[in-house]
Amino acid sequence: MAIDPQPGAGLPAGGPDASFPSAPDGVSSDRGPWYLAYKRFIRNKLAVAFLGLFILIVVFVLAAPLWADHVAHTGPNQSHTLEKLRVGGEVREVVTPEGRPIGPQWFEAGGKFFLGADSRLGRDEMVRLMYGGRTSLFIGVISGLITTLVAVILGLLAGYYRGWVDAVIARILDVLWSLPVLLFGIALGVSLAVGGLKIGPIEIEGGSIWIPIFVISIFTVPYVARPIRGEVLSLGEKEFVEAAVAQGAGPLRVMFGEILPNLASTIIVFFTLNIANNMLFEAALSFLGAGVQAPNSSWGTMISVGQELLTTQPLLAIIPGVMIMLTVLSLNIVGDGLRDALDPRSKVRLEAHSGMVEPEGVSV
Amino acid sequence: MLRFIVRRLFGMVIVLFVVSVLVFLIFNVIPNSPPAQRLAGKNATPVLVKSIEEEWGFDKSLPEQYVTMMEKVFTNELISYSPRTSVEDRIVEGIPATLSLAIGAGIIWLSFGLVLGYLSAVRAGGWLDKFLTGFAIAGISIPVFLIAPVLIYFLTYKIEIFPNAGYVPLTEDPWGWFTHLVLPWTTIAILSIGFYSRVLRSNMLDVMNEDYVRTARAKGLSERQVMVRHVLRNSLIPIITLFGLDFGATIAGTALITEKLFSYEGVGLYAVESVEKLELPPIMGVTLYGAFFVVLINAVVDIAYAYLDPRVRLGSTAS
Repeated sequence: MAIDPQPGAGLPAGGPDASFPSAPDGVSSDRGPWYLAYKRFIRNKLAVAFLGLFILIVVFVLAAPLWADHVAHTGPNQSHTLEKLRVGGEVREVVTPEGRPIGPQWFEAGGKFFLGADSRLGRDEMVRLMYGGRTSLFIGVISGLITTLVAVILGLLAGYYRGWVDAVIARILDVLWSLPVLLFGIALGVSLAVGGLKIGPIEIEGGSIWIPIFVISIFTVPYVARPIRGEVLSLGEKEFVEAAVAQGAGPLRVMFGEILPNLASTIIVFFTLNIANNMLFEAALSFLGAGVQAPNSSWGTMISVGQELLTTQPLLAIIPGVMIMLTVLSLNIVGDGLRDALDPRSKVRLEAHSGMVEPEGVSV
Repeated sequence: MLRFIVRRLFGMVIVLFVVSVLVFLIFNVIPNSPPAQRLAGKNATPVLVKSIEEEWGFDKSLPEQYVTMMEKVFTNELISYSPRTSVEDRIVEGIPATLSLAIGAGIIWLSFGLVLGYLSAVRAGGWLDKFLTGFAIAGISIPVFLIAPVLIYFLTYKIEIFPNAGYVPLTEDPWGWFTHLVLPWTTIAILSIGFYSRVLRSNMLDVMNEDYVRTARAKGLSERQVMVRHVLRNSLIPIITLFGLDFGATIAGTALITEKLFSYEGVGLYAVESVEKLELPPIMGVTLYGAFFVVLINAVVDIAYAYLDPRVRLGSTAS
């Protein structure tokens, strides 16, 4: 996505060397590029603020067991349908006989049902929100790791060997790229949820959260692999690669020892943006019933449950949606900030691929 | 030009073939359970499973199974087994609703996006420009399944401005058709407006530096003439490609979610309901037709692009 969150705040564009003299005052250029990038990132207030927000969200979901055990005294899948809640002198039903769940209690009941109950099953919405967030973030990060790993390997192979290797990989990526990802995600997600998956020794049950991870990883590979391939192609022309080859370095050393370190900043940026994209993808799949399967839950499945009670308890659908938005927004802004900090030139290059981070079908 | 079209259509046929093979693999080969069992649905009787197995030829080789599947798809014999209904008939029924949704939303986001993008390029750095920057980055982060519940809650329950849910055919009640579509259209369009205005803006700022724009100014054209005839026209060409891709992605993506959110009876809702019932044949049909549609749109867009910008087709014949 070719968006500069703060127009004019970016550093002057120039070659990699040109960015050294333009480093902030008081920073000597012998500190190394990572230190300079760190300094540049820190100066981007917006990105730092949203990095803080993201860390808060991570802490929030990691604290799920603490809240569940010590405040809410319940688990994410524990039903309280027939129970009553004593608030002050008043007795409130968790679920009314008409099937309407209790609304947010905040701290009135000592933290129990902080955000109310989720449905006629009477599960604690706050506990579910925290555990659901774990699932959403876990799927986003793990599928981001898998996507990036596969994309880097494909990009290196295609960009280094060129010729028919490149032709085959590029064609596969093109076809994957042109598919309607959400539709194929649903198709694969559902058929695996019904049938399960077996690849060699690995066997995945239909209800496992590894199914959506697998589905998301496959369909987002081209978004990362294509730009990396392009970068490897141009790095392959550089003198340091020629020098390494002249010294007798084999393909593995050139790819992983020479080219890979130069891809570091691209990989970091794409990994961050890819997590955001994957989380939206996961939410869409889960919302439609083709992602995370019961009894597991994620923010996407929570919206789909909450939507049925939109008239009476609108927060049930809106809060998980807000959580997804905040997480994705913070990752997008941090990713953008990292891109500016790590490589001020890259803005120009990414402009040409605009839409790449646009979450496509998942979009939104 | 003709050569370009032939090449592009040939490429399209290959992609269509690959897509159909992928759908075949996804539904009948990759999952780790007997395919007939999966297709039959949750509460299938052994008799039904047995008959599906014979009908689809699951005891034969994979290429034969693929041919059987494609024959079923093209002869309207793809059937959802519980209850027994033709998948193609249901898809055809839903098409007017889905097209109303996607085309209307596309018109809205394109027109707003272009007007706002033009204004922010003319006054680059102004308040509108800054606002749209934020709007665009929010647009890629806000999920439709947040916007729609908020819109539905406030505009149909709290204040009853718009009717809730459903599709009213245009031919029966044009006003009802329109009012039922306002919120779904808004849901889809609002997020793309910022993005399109940013793309147009950056294209226009690029074009403004071209020599021919300087020439146009030098020969004394008014600022408006320069902007509209020279800058805007040349900046619009890339937008066409983008719009084609996004339109396809909307039909086969965002529209599904939106249709579920608004209980809007289009093809997407049919697919989503089948997902909830774990009914595979309808999903197979929708995936196949949806992907065909997207691939077709992409080819049409490429050809339109080549027609509008001769550099594309010349470049491709040279290579």
